[in-house]
Amino acid sequence: MTTWPILSVTTFLPLVGALIVYLSRGDDEAARRNSRWIALWTTLITFAVSVILVMRFDASSADFQFVEKANWLATGITYHMGVDGISLPLVILTTAIMPFCIIASWKAITNRVREYMMAFLILETLMIGTFSALDLVLFYLFFEGGLIPMFLIIGVWGGPRRVYASFKFFLYTLLGSVLMLLAIMALYWNGGTTDIPTLMHTAVPRSLQTWAWLAFFASFAVKMPMWPVHTWLPDAHVEAPTAGSVVLAAIMLKMGGYGFLRFSLPMFPLASHDFAPLMFTLSAIAIIYTSLVALMQEDMKKLIAYSSVAHMGFVTMGIFAGTMQGVAGGVFQMISHGIVSGALFLCVGIVYDRMHTRDIAAYGGLVNRMPLYALTFMVFTMANVGLPGTSGFVGEFMTLLGTFKVSIPTAFFATFGVILSACYALWLYRKVVFGALVKPSLMSMKDLTFREGLTLFPLIALTILFGIYPKPVLDMSAASVQQLVNNYNTAVTAVKAAALLQ
Amino acid sequence: MSFETAGYQLAPVLPELVLAVGAMALLMLGAYRGQETTKTVTTLAVLLLIVVGMLEYMLPAGKHVTFGGSFIVDDFARFMKILALIGSAVTLVLSTEFLSDPSRRIFEYAILVLLSTLGMMVLISAGDLISLYLGLELMSLALYVVAASNRDNAKSTEAGLKYFVLGALSSGMLLYGSSLIYGFTGTVAFTGIAAAATISNVGLVFGLVFLLAGLCFKVSAVPFHMWTPDVYEGAPTPVTAFFASAPKVAALAVFTRVTLTAFPGIVSQWQQILVFVSIASMALGSFAAIGQSNIKRLMAYSSIGHMGFALVGLAAGTVEGAQGVLMYIVIYVAMTLGSFAVILAMKRNGQPVEQISDFAGLSRTNPLLAFMFAMLLFSLAGIPPLAGFFAKWYVFVAAIKANLFTLAVVGVLSSVVGAYYYLTIVKTMYFDEPAGQVDTVRVEVKTVLAVAGLFNILFALFAGPVVSVASAAAKSLF
Repeated sequence: MTTWPILSVTTFLPLVGALIVYLSRGDDEAARRNSRWIALWTTLITFAVSVILVMRFDASSADFQFVEKANWLATGITYHMGVDGISLPLVILTTAIMPFCIIASWKAITNRVREYMMAFLILETLMIGTFSALDLVLFYLFFEGGLIPMFLIIGVWGGPRRVYASFKFFLYTLLGSVLMLLAIMALYWNGGTTDIPTLMHTAVPRSLQTWAWLAFFASFAVKMPMWPVHTWLPDAHVEAPTAGSVVLAAIMLKMGGYGFLRFSLPMFPLASHDFAPLMFTLSAIAIIYTSLVALMQEDMKKLIAYSSVAHMGFVTMGIFAGTMQGVAGGVFQMISHGIVSGALFLCVGIVYDRMHTRDIAAYGGLVNRMPLYALTFMVFTMANVGLPGTSGFVGEFMTLLGTFKVSIPTAFFATFGVILSACYALWLYRKVVFGALVKPSLMSMKDLTFREGLTLFPLIALTILFGIYPKPVLDMSAASVQQLVNNYNTAVTAVKAAALLQ
Repeated sequence: MSFETAGYQLAPVLPELVLAVGAMALLMLGAYRGQETTKTVTTLAVLLLIVVGMLEYMLPAGKHVTFGGSFIVDDFARFMKILALIGSAVTLVLSTEFLSDPSRRIFEYAILVLLSTLGMMVLISAGDLISLYLGLELMSLALYVVAASNRDNAKSTEAGLKYFVLGALSSGMLLYGSSLIYGFTGTVAFTGIAAAATISNVGLVFGLVFLLAGLCFKVSAVPFHMWTPDVYEGAPTPVTAFFASAPKVAALAVFTRVTLTAFPGIVSQWQQILVFVSIASMALGSFAAIGQSNIKRLMAYSSIGHMGFALVGLAAGTVEGAQGVLMYIVIYVAMTLGSFAVILAMKRNGQPVEQISDFAGLSRTNPLLAFMFAMLLFSLAGIPPLAGFFAKWYVFVAAIKANLFTLAVVGVLSSVVGAYYYLTIVKTMYFDEPAGQVDTVRVEVKTVLAVAGLFNILFALFAGPVVSVASAAAKSLF
């Protein structure tokens, strides 16, 4: 179908951009402007190329498409790339969010701009690669490689406690991932290959399934992050620069959910079924507990960070329900949360750039000076709450629907999360935007600039579009999700039947 | 019956002969022409090492055994020898600055490195316990002297003396073990020992333990690692770079060859020793390094940890394990030489600086140096897509296949602990305020750093060929 390796081009274009940024020498204002523009154009071109992926994508097929294969390491470990209906939306999310990150950093980042842009472009390559790798070793390479640029982004351009936050982020994630690495090795010897499509059809013995599931869980639960291993996230979010928080929330958290969908469910269906109650419990706790924690926050970014953990709880719950609605809802919720949480962090970044504080108490009555800002912030707050008509509603509703079929108590408790999210999100909105404008420092606040509007308005459009017409995303993933759910249910039913016969 | 037909061909030892004769010739040159020849002798020594490496590469393929079985040249030996030669040549290049100081013009330095390298080559090719001991002693005796080559420095002489005393002790243990093995099998040849080795032969197992203790000392594995931090810190930096690279290659090579070819029948006996040694090394290397403030001491603990990781592959006792060891040592040598090139480059006003705090803000004063070092450190921590990840992948994949799950889990967990102290250096370089300018980096150090750094960053691109060469070399042992 394709004559050129379109997926590899999408993946490695940002890396080429990073090289160009590196070659543009100098440290004066002109050089900084150059590196900003190069980074912006690179992300835009990457996005344009990824749009070709969407146009040529055959949504009726559950197979991997745009497949590329080349020899890499010996015996069974190859360079294998490809996307299906589950990974393509995430690839597009990545390429679509990145230009916003670059624009959001336009004025906020003034020192070491070149290195900053290079770090983001390298990170983009690694993130796209994570979603499109079809070989476990290749996947791990991209998945773990992302730690290096993110560590530097938090540590170099972050806030006052950046060192603590960056170390915590790095070591937490690494600790989870090395266990997954051992499981990958065990799968390699079990199947003789690390090719993901092959391994999906390779039977894994029950005991290995359990251990491998736990090892993968260790990695993805940290990345996701799930309660109780979520504690790195608020720190990382608070200390990272705005664009870093956006990437973390919008894209890097989705790697965990993607991992569950790509590996845990198809490769270890029996273990996934066995551990589903555990996942339900952790998800429900995450939804309720972190929502309550969010209620108590004084820092805007921290509040949104905790709300991210709660929303990711819906994703894990939906995925492990193993029903069509649950899994499709999980995929949709990931996309929706990517847009909404990214936009919320951008909103926080806008006031932070003006006031250099994220204390909720430092704000109030912004609506008087910044009506446009108040409007955009409201749309995303409502989407975060899950108001019907926004994309947040569709994802939460579908995951809850999918879970009701399997576990009513989980769905029951998870629904409290919807109420609690309204509590903290509306409380935050009221404290920051409404009320009388009494604080003198806020009197001179200016409304959104053109550049800031440029980052937010497209996201508003997407939030509302997917809220009233979620079909594009759901259609794209439908065939792959259907196949995933069918395979999962077949495997589980087969074992149950065998158990009954004995 | 002629000398040649009785299994005493000289062709397989041609590289060693060239090296020995060349070293003697250079010694004469230096002895007659005085210390002014230091630079010439060093340059010629590097060339000699390159020539020997090419000779080694051009030896006819396949396995050659000579001197009645005590000298073996196979793919494994060739692989390790070329690596050791590269290590020696690069450290000689890195030593140019050290030797250019008028008070330290010692041409013997290069000669000693050559002789030590000769010892390594004999050690790598050893086919019996006698040639093993000969090679080991030739290597070590030269190393003791090199460690103390900065004569006027108390720390350097202390390092040399300490290394000598402890080294002599370990040689004693090794000899004692060898004599026990000989006594209980009646032979010193590895093939003969392999035929006689059974679990019921308790005396042999006893000898094996002493033999392994001696070898553990040479690779600085816990619990025989005590000398490493002091020697690394005390010896001049180029010498430390040498200690950390080529001798480790040779020692690990002989370790692999002895365990896999002389004792394949009693794997279970040495496997438990190796599992303990590697767990202890990995754990100590990770935890003890955290408190270090001197970069050379830190590298010492790091190398202890890395030897633990390399021994994970050996503990598996399989072809995959041997391949893992080979992959590990190639990447380890590249990472180590690169890191020491950075340490050599760190000078302020002509004085070398060795504290980790001296690296503060290096990313702003010398961005390229900082970037290369950061990548080397991430690689030492085993973070993909850098070379260090592949090193760990191949040893742990072997351990998983051999069902050594505890070893693998402890190994990866200690690599996370290890990542912490590598990260603190990255943090110092990138997050902290600059501690002042560094001097212009010398061109030979730059070159070594560039080659090692690029090897390390781009390894994923050419990993395939390296893997197949290592796999062929590993198979030649079985």
